[in-house]
Amino acid sequence: MASVATPVVTDTQGMNYLVSLPRRIVTVWLPLTVFLIVLLFPFYWMVITSFKPNEELLSREGNPFWVHHPTFAHIHKLLFETSYPDWLWNTILVSVVSTFLSIACSVLAAYAIERLRFRGSRYVGMSIFLAYLVPPSILFIPLAAMVYKLHLFDTRLALILTYPTFLIPFCTWLLMGYFKSIPLELEECALIDGANRWQILVRIILPLAVPGLISAGIFAFTLSWNEFIYALTFISSSEVKTVPIGVVTELVEGDVYHWGALMAGALFGSLPVAILYSFFVEYYVSGLTGAVKE
Amino acid sequence: MASFVTRLQDNRNALGLLFLAPTAILLLVFLTYPLGLGTWLGFTDAKIGRPGEWIGLGNFEFLWNDSVTRLALFNTIFYTVVASVIKFGLGLWLALILNQHLPFKAFLRAIVLLPFIVPTALSAIAFWWIYDSQFSIVSWLLQRMGLIHGYIDFLGDPWNARFSTIAANIWRGVPFVAITLLAGLQTISPSYYEAASLDGASPFQQFRYVTLPLLTPIIAVVMTFSVLFTFTDFQLIYVLTRGGPLNATHLMATLSFQRAIPGGSLGEGAAIATAMVPFLLAAILVSYFGLQRRAWQQGGKD
Repeated sequence: MASVATPVVTDTQGMNYLVSLPRRIVTVWLPLTVFLIVLLFPFYWMVITSFKPNEELLSREGNPFWVHHPTFAHIHKLLFETSYPDWLWNTILVSVVSTFLSIACSVLAAYAIERLRFRGSRYVGMSIFLAYLVPPSILFIPLAAMVYKLHLFDTRLALILTYPTFLIPFCTWLLMGYFKSIPLELEECALIDGANRWQILVRIILPLAVPGLISAGIFAFTLSWNEFIYALTFISSSEVKTVPIGVVTELVEGDVYHWGALMAGALFGSLPVAILYSFFVEYYVSGLTGAVKE
Repeated sequence: MASFVTRLQDNRNALGLLFLAPTAILLLVFLTYPLGLGTWLGFTDAKIGRPGEWIGLGNFEFLWNDSVTRLALFNTIFYTVVASVIKFGLGLWLALILNQHLPFKAFLRAIVLLPFIVPTALSAIAFWWIYDSQFSIVSWLLQRMGLIHGYIDFLGDPWNARFSTIAANIWRGVPFVAITLLAGLQTISPSYYEAASLDGASPFQQFRYVTLPLLTPIIAVVMTFSVLFTFTDFQLIYVLTRGGPLNATHLMATLSFQRAIPGGSLGEGAAIATAMVPFLLAAILVSYFGLQRRAWQQGGKD
């Protein structure tokens, strides 16, 4: 169920005041610090490596945890000597279009299943949940065969059409939960006043479901930004690749790894989702927990 | 025409179908059909650019006797079991810590989830650098601490590579488990703990007899998803090892990609992917019964 309907307990203090400080340091702060260091270290390492000159990267002397002579050479190489800007643009385009397409479909489907209650809507709801459990790893081969046949191979359209297969089930499921929490009386009043279903959806339900729309949108955007196996299978030209594919397949040349440029590529590919996420943490978390708790 | 529109608006079945149409078309064409096509391809000898002929169980017979496929099956089960158990343990521990009264709680929760939201392929590249055989920061640190003499070959030795990829998978999965279990913990009223401690329950007994039973339903769901993601993992292995060394880290998903796309044997790849389905069905059934139990505990019907 979506977080709106979840009774969140505010009195988390409980009887914690009984626990002494030294004990809390050992049971709470020490493990928490270790967790945070391990979880955040790869990001720190990405940032540090992006600014390290090659001499420092390929040396075992000195303190590796700090940059002694920061350089922009890796970032310059990434932005001006590779197709990285193209990949970034492709990723943005594909993610935005497939997110909007999926949200539009999901709003209609979720409203139909949850509110119109047509014959068989329960089974449709169940099958949408099952569709959510179908992993891309077992779909990419037949989809590749279809993409060849439809002459969509090596186009952004192939990604825009296939990403909704994992976005729509998730978004529909999430929005069904949000729609359920909107009082039915509002809709009945509008029906009596002569509004039709479309007007009810656009003027009453959607404005009230904005938090749900944001949750679904953020989640769908990050899922399509992170997508890997479809983009790897359906795309081969450099200028239509997405960031994860471009970085993995094109920045690795032969045996000489350009670690600086690779890390800069990983960093700039992660930043947009990280920034978006930081603005909408609450929505993201409620989307994540809402999808699991239902 | 006008009367048709009005009649349509009054009929919830017709309107429902109309609203459902875009979703239904997209999912039937790009999800249901490929699911069937994939199963069918598994029974053919299709190659890229050549439609296959029905060969019955030929692919499955070949794969059953193929040592690489058997190794991939072992790797997948090993990877899933080890990673899921550790993710559950660490995730539950982190959730219990974050459920304490802490300053900057919202901020802590936000940064804990970071590994889960960044693209796996890109964080895997960071791990690739961390696991580098010559310049690994982990080896550097361990050597300075005097724990090892030579640098560790994280991805070059079969068992090292297995555990290194599992560690990277755990790093990405713990935040998901922790944050979703935390949401479950937050719905448990503190009054249960107060009652338990008045009755003389130790902190461990409170965890064992209050927290765990109330959390079981959500644990079932979270772990089903976690197992599902881990079992079908592709990106992490593809980026870190491409299945090597000596196929020691090949999972079913990476092997099916390798056979089907670079190898061109669509039929064989599809057969490997199809062989994953029974395992996924088992995971889904577990999830279904977990949900049932939750509904039952909350006094709901259905």
